[in-house]
Order: sequence, then structure tokens, then C-alpha cells
Amino acid sequence: MTPEEQNFLRKIEAEEKIEPKDWMPADYRKNLIRQISQHAHSEVIGMQPEGNWITRAPSLRRKAVLLSKVQDEAGHGLYLYSAAETLGISRSEMIEQLQTGKAKYSSIFNYPTLTWADVAAIGWLVDGAAIVNQVSLQRTSYGPYARGMIRICKEESFHQRQGYEAMLALAKGSPEQKAMAQDALNRFYWPALMMFGPHDSASAHSQKSMEWKIKRETNDDLRQKFIDQTVQQIEVLGLDHPDANLKWNEERGHYDSSDLNWDEFWSVINGNGHCNRQRIEHHVAAHEEGEWVRDAMAAYNEKKRAKQAQNAA
Amino acid sequence: MSDAIKAATLEYATRLGDDSVVLGHRISEWVSYGPFLEEDIAYGNVALDYIGRARMFYTYAAELADDGRTEDDFAYMRSDREYRNLLLMEMPKGDFAYSQVRQLFADAYYTLVLPELLQSKDETLSAIAAKGIKETKYHLRRSRDWVLRLGDGTEESHKRTQKAVDALWGYTHEMFDMDETEQMLADAGIAVDVSKLRDAWHKMVSDVLIEATLTVPEDSWAVRGGRTGYHTENLGHMLTEMQITHRSYPGCQW
Ligand SMILES: [Fe+2]
Ligand SMILES: [Fe+2]
Ligand SMILES: [Fe+2]
Repeated sequence: MTPEEQNFLRKIEAEEKIEPKDWMPADYRKNLIRQISQHAHSEVIGMQPEGNWITRAPSLRRKAVLLSKVQDEAGHGLYLYSAAETLGISRSEMIEQLQTGKAKYSSIFNYPTLTWADVAAIGWLVDGAAIVNQVSLQRTSYGPYARGMIRICKEESFHQRQGYEAMLALAKGSPEQKAMAQDALNRFYWPALMMFGPHDSASAHSQKSMEWKIKRETNDDLRQKFIDQTVQQIEVLGLDHPDANLKWNEERGHYDSSDLNWDEFWSVINGNGHCNRQRIEHHVAAHEEGEWVRDAMAAYNEKKRAKQAQNAA
Repeated sequence: MSDAIKAATLEYATRLGDDSVVLGHRISEWVSYGPFLEEDIAYGNVALDYIGRARMFYTYAAELADDGRTEDDFAYMRSDREYRNLLLMEMPKGDFAYSQVRQLFADAYYTLVLPELLQSKDETLSAIAAKGIKETKYHLRRSRDWVLRLGDGTEESHKRTQKAVDALWGYTHEMFDMDETEQMLADAGIAVDVSKLRDAWHKMVSDVLIEATLTVPEDSWAVRGGRTGYHTENLGHMLTEMQITHRSYPGCQW
């Protein structure tokens, strides 16, 4: 083992953060780039299903709250792209990987938002699940990522509360609103559980990530945490729990629950969900339509620089 | 407040609310469609300012109406024939140049209108203006910078931007029209006499266009009608989308 490698492992062991200028194994770097860029892409693609309701939000207050949430997600994307850039990859490379399907984003955003209640459900369940994952990542070994998570988590908890509050308004509203809330819960509950990834036994990246303390808790443990915390929230809403097999297990101190539909999980991951194609096409279309704008900006800046150089001469 | 003044102020606040909600909605259509992520965030910001401003104007209108209506009734329960926004605000989002030119026209307008409204004897209108002035400084800086970059960028961006200027110019004239309602309020020191702002607006906008190597159009055509509810075909579609959820579930709380 080289001294650099020893030093790296010592730091990991001692819970010291790895910083951009520190030596790190190539695989550690690769693993991190994969995870952080995937997280960034998720924030960005996640703007679409929620953005789908900005122009149809049912009240001015909800419209403003949603606009502001989607804007926060864009900010998270930006922040995470910068964190990934500290590892030596550029934003445009990452965007290309997203658009060519080389990089993934969270599968949850391949589910369609069909009613207003879906926006509420996403805030509550999807941001809720993201927080469970991200609280754990606040202790991740790579410094810029850990610090990013601390900052982002604050906003995600805000989103989660707002989503739950929007859900509560529906659940306590008219029978039609309540039905809309139940329908959204039924559809988004399962994909939200899938956000934690496959069972640990089937997770390709889990083991090394745990050793390097990129990941701090296993997929199944985090999922259990989310299942447990959601039970009472559903009760308060007065909605039916989507899982008929949910049962408190005194011995484990956790809820037992149905296994997930892993065929659906892999199918969506592999690009065949309701919205996979639409999400990427949307991103590509906006990116391509923006090309002449980016070109104009570059040309203008170039002219300015040339003029300044001339004046200075 | 006399009944006539009260009714006119209600109408005035509604008009200003309509301007804000319609423009805010149009800007919000850009979210996730911007040329890069920073622009998505910036668009979100500006849209939020306008939706916030609409809420303040409508809340005041509802207070004056005192008939149980809320801000949402003003936004969601009126048809395009009842909306009183300026036509410029309802024009579709178009391409990036079109939206930024519209924004420059609007931002220059508010840069002039809001300081006047700040002087209003009506404290609520004045307070809304105070908040809007700060926001508008940022908006104008942004739309001005973009028109400069696009006008003086590439051949393509120049062409697109000039086309947008020419297409939108004829909708700007009505921004400076006064009618009886607004004249009465202006005489009472409540409303802004916008007819006095046209020259300053023309200069402000022309300066930017010229610096951007663009041509300032001749005043050869003008379309009017926003303040009387005589709209373009665009507003009906916009409101259909904006109001669908609210109207589909009458009387619900959200
Ligand atoms: Fe986020
Ligand atoms: Fe996130
Ligand atoms: Fe969020």
C-alpha cells in the first residue's frame, strides 16, 4: 500500500473528510462522480414532473410555493454539479452523459404527475424519502458533498412540510379532493420506496461505497426508516395505507411490509417507465433550443473582451 | 373614500393585478425550458415576484370589493373578457429573444410607473409599489443585459431579437393610454398618469436597443384593447390552462 493510500484510508477510518485536492483512489473518484452527478441530474429532471403543474396550480399561493420549490431544485442541481466538478468533470460532460443515457437519475421522476395531488405527494413522499437518504449523506466522506447535503437538506425538509401540508388540505377537503389525495398516495408510495434502491444484496455499488463511507447506511435500512416514519403521517391524513400487509413487528421494532415490485423497478431503471423518454427528450429539446442563446452570449462576451483589450492597448 | 373613488380604485388594483398575474404566468412557462440552469432559476425568481405582486393587488381589490371574494376569485373566476391586463403581458412566451424583449419593455415601464405609484395617496398601492421597485431594479438589469447580448451577439440572435422588437412594438402604445377611471384617480393623486411616461420609456428602451445594435421601430402601428377586455386570442388559452384545476372543483380550499 502506498503512503498516499494509507493516509486516505486513515482519514476515512478517522471520519476526516476527503477534500478535492487530497489524493484519492481512482475508483473512489469515479464512484463519487457517478453518485453526485446522478443526484444533480435527479434534481434537474425532477423539475419536470412538478413543473408540469406550475401553470395549472389551483391557487395563487400554491402556484408561488410550487414555483419556489422548483426553483430550489434547480439550485440544488447547480450546487451538486459544482460539487461534482471538484472531482474533475465538467457540467457539459455530465449533461451529455445524462442526455445519452450514460448517467442515470432517480427513477421516481419517470412517473407521471396526473393530478394536483401528485404535486403534494411528491413534496411529501419524494422529498421525504430524499431527506432520509440525504441526512445520512451529511456524514459522507467527501467534504464538498457532505457540506452540500447539509445545505440542501434544510430546503428539502421545507419542501417536505409544504407537500404534506398541501396533502392535508386535500385529505381534509371535499370528497373529490380526498379521493385525489388517496389516488396520488397509492401511486407514489411504492416508487418512493424504490428510491432507496434495490435490496442491498442486489446493489452493484453498495459494498465499496459503504467501505469508503460514501454511503453511510444501507438501502434497506434507509427504506425501513422511511416506511416507519410514514405510517403515522398517513394516519393523520385519514387516508388508507397503500400496503395491505403492513404490520408492526414488536420483535424487530419496525413495520413489516410487502416486498416491492422489482420487475417494475428494473424496467423503469432500464428506461421503460411512463416518462423516461419524455423526460430526456424535454431536456434535450430545451438544451438544443438554448444553443443559439448560449452562442450569442459567448459571442457577445468575446466582442467585449476584444474591445477591452483594444482599449487597454 | 368616496364610493366613486373606491369603485375606481378597485378597478385600478384589479387591472394592475391582472398585468402581474398574466406576465408572471407567462414567465413561469419557461421553468425547465431555459437555455441553461441558471436561467431557469432566474426565470423562477422573476415569475415569483410577479405572482407575489398580483396577490397583493388582488388582495387589496378583494378588500375594497368587500363581497366575500378572495385573491383567487379575481385570478381564477374571471374570463378573458373580464381580464383587464395590457396586451403585451399576454403575448405567448415565444423564443428566448421574444420573452426577453417583452421583459425589457415591461421592466422599463415598471421602472417608470412604480416610483410614481409610490407617491400615491393610497397607502396600500404605495406599499406595493415600494416592494416592486426593488424587484424591478433586478428585473431590468437582467432583461437589459440579455437584450444587449442577444442583439449584439451572433447574426442569428440579432435577427431573432430584432424580429421580436418589431413584433411587440405595436403592443406597447396602450401602456400609456389613460381612460376616465384612471384619469379620475390620477386627479385624486391615487393612480399614475401613465400618459406622461411615454417619452421617458421611449428613451430608456431606445438607448438599450441602439446599444444592442438593434433598430428602434417607427410608430407605424398600434393594437389596443387590454384595459377594455378586448384581448388577443392568446389570453383565452392561457386562462384555460391557468384556471382549469381551480374551476374543476368549485368552492374548494387548496
Ligand atoms: Fe432538491
Ligand atoms: Fe435531492
Ligand atoms: Fe426538494
